[in-house]
Amino acid sequence: MTKPPDMLAPLDAAPPLAEEAPVRAMHPAREMAGMFFRNYPAVFGLVLLLAILAFTFVGPLYHPVDPFEMVWAPFSRPGEEGYLFGTDYLGRDILAAMMAGGQVSLAIGLAAAVISLVIGVTVGAFAGYYGGWVEEALMRFTEFFQVLPTLLFSMVIVALFGASLLTVTFAIGVVSWTAVARVTRSEFLRIRELEYVAAARSGSAKDGYLIFRVILPNALPPIVVQANLMVGSAILFEAALSFLGLSDPNVMSWGQVIGSNRPYILDAGFAVAIPGFAIFLTVLAISLIGDGLNDALNPKLRQR
Amino acid sequence: MPLARILLTRIGYGILLLLAVLVLNFTLISIAPGDIADSIAGDMGGADASVIAEIRARYGLDQPFLVQLWRYMAGVFRFDLGYSYFFETPVTALVLERLPATLLLVVSAQVLAIGLGVLLGVMAARNPNGALNTLVTFLSLFGFAAPVFWTGILLIIAFVSIFPIFPVGGMRDVTVEGGWLAQALDIAHHLFLPMITLASIYIALYSRLARAAMQEVLGADYVRTARAKGVPERTVLYKHALRNALGPVVTVAGLQFASVISGAVVVEAVFSWPGLGTLALQSILARDTPTIMGILFFSSLVVIVFNILTDIVLRMVDPRIKGG
Repeated sequence: MTKPPDMLAPLDAAPPLAEEAPVRAMHPAREMAGMFFRNYPAVFGLVLLLAILAFTFVGPLYHPVDPFEMVWAPFSRPGEEGYLFGTDYLGRDILAAMMAGGQVSLAIGLAAAVISLVIGVTVGAFAGYYGGWVEEALMRFTEFFQVLPTLLFSMVIVALFGASLLTVTFAIGVVSWTAVARVTRSEFLRIRELEYVAAARSGSAKDGYLIFRVILPNALPPIVVQANLMVGSAILFEAALSFLGLSDPNVMSWGQVIGSNRPYILDAGFAVAIPGFAIFLTVLAISLIGDGLNDALNPKLRQR
Repeated sequence: MPLARILLTRIGYGILLLLAVLVLNFTLISIAPGDIADSIAGDMGGADASVIAEIRARYGLDQPFLVQLWRYMAGVFRFDLGYSYFFETPVTALVLERLPATLLLVVSAQVLAIGLGVLLGVMAARNPNGALNTLVTFLSLFGFAAPVFWTGILLIIAFVSIFPIFPVGGMRDVTVEGGWLAQALDIAHHLFLPMITLASIYIALYSRLARAAMQEVLGADYVRTARAKGVPERTVLYKHALRNALGPVVTVAGLQFASVISGAVVVEAVFSWPGLGTLALQSILARDTPTIMGILFFSSLVVIVFNILTDIVLRMVDPRIKGG
């Protein structure tokens, strides 16, 4: 098929663009990376997160102390006797607990976010794609989970099924997917009306193919942003559960350090303040990265 | 659709949701390993099989699942949520005794957060390059990232050792005597720190929302018209613009109630505030399932009631909203 000449003519007649700066389309991924790295708070968040990861995963190589072992008298202040963060109420090294606990907190945060991502994307995708009674039923189901006070509900799950890493992760994931479901659904509602979806459908594509291969990849940007925030809130959630004493007592996590030292806050505030600050920094880093991703992935929404 | 009809639909739907909450919780508790009989036997330091069977029979646990569920649901319709063996009180009475403290905490924190958040948001939106705008950005980052119990503990440390002017635990001081005014002041005095702690998360959220909504509204034509005809800036901001910017804040505030109650559980634990959260923690540790069910039921009820109230407020703020 040849294009009508009258449309091409003015373009051909136009003088060539400046030779020294040829206009080349940048690869979208490079363009996004460029936008992300020009956003200084986001870069700061990324550096902070990498530092935290290095601290928790590489740190133990240089500081091989068992976080459960009594190393010194209880409540020695940070810096005293060579213990950078001091010791807790049992005389355990808080620095070692921070490293080991960070691994657990980050892993639970990530795993719980993956669980809620899987549930939320599935519910949202089916609701948005099929519409009608499927959407109605799935969104009612979502509302049901929005009415439950999430923390109370996961406290009950953990209490009933035992406080192991698995139940804690599951209890967090299973209550925090509603926002993902809503975001996914609204993206699907928008995208399913677009021409390329109609084109794929007219090529007799099956529903599963349309949902997971055609629409989902295009719906990903806001889901990625939401998923990122969910890792942060799952870390906070785990910390709250451990703070309340509902976590696996045999596994060190940041929340666990806070929860176990809580009765002594007036004698040894640092034992609570330090892990709290670590959680704060981690979630801060994650949300800064989230803001940066949001700007890079949805340039149109940048006014928000 | 007239408002009354919408409300009736919402209430009917709320009741269905509550029933679903009950069924879900009941199912969870029955599939979980162990039951009340095991806990009671555990408290007694062990009991032989015949005693455990007797306890099961007394609590109806020897019946099939559906019979138990039916009995429980029938009880709920008579406002009978069962009997707490741990507190040795009917669950309804127990929960109703604790509910006002939680409601006081949750509502006062929400009111403070909405009020302060909106005020900050409006002032930040007025001057996009000002210090307040930066403050709102920082607050919103802090509010999301700081674990609520950590904020509470830092406040306790600060107010115990540096400025000991606020009590850091409990809801009343038994030594306070006098009329209702003295009692109310005493409760307000105790409420201050828990309320600030719980509100800190939401001040951050609402100020950011209010700022975004205000910035959008302030660019609208009708605001320019109002300014052009010489309406004073204060009136433009607080009468013309704010009313339209409140919508998103109220909507989100309504959706947050379940999360505020979750936050209240933690804040109550930090400040030993005698509400549903501390009760939940005690009953969970004691595996007192009737009480746990009662708390989940009542907290879901509170969330649903507040969702309906939010809907009404939203319609009052913006009469353009019609339909269900």
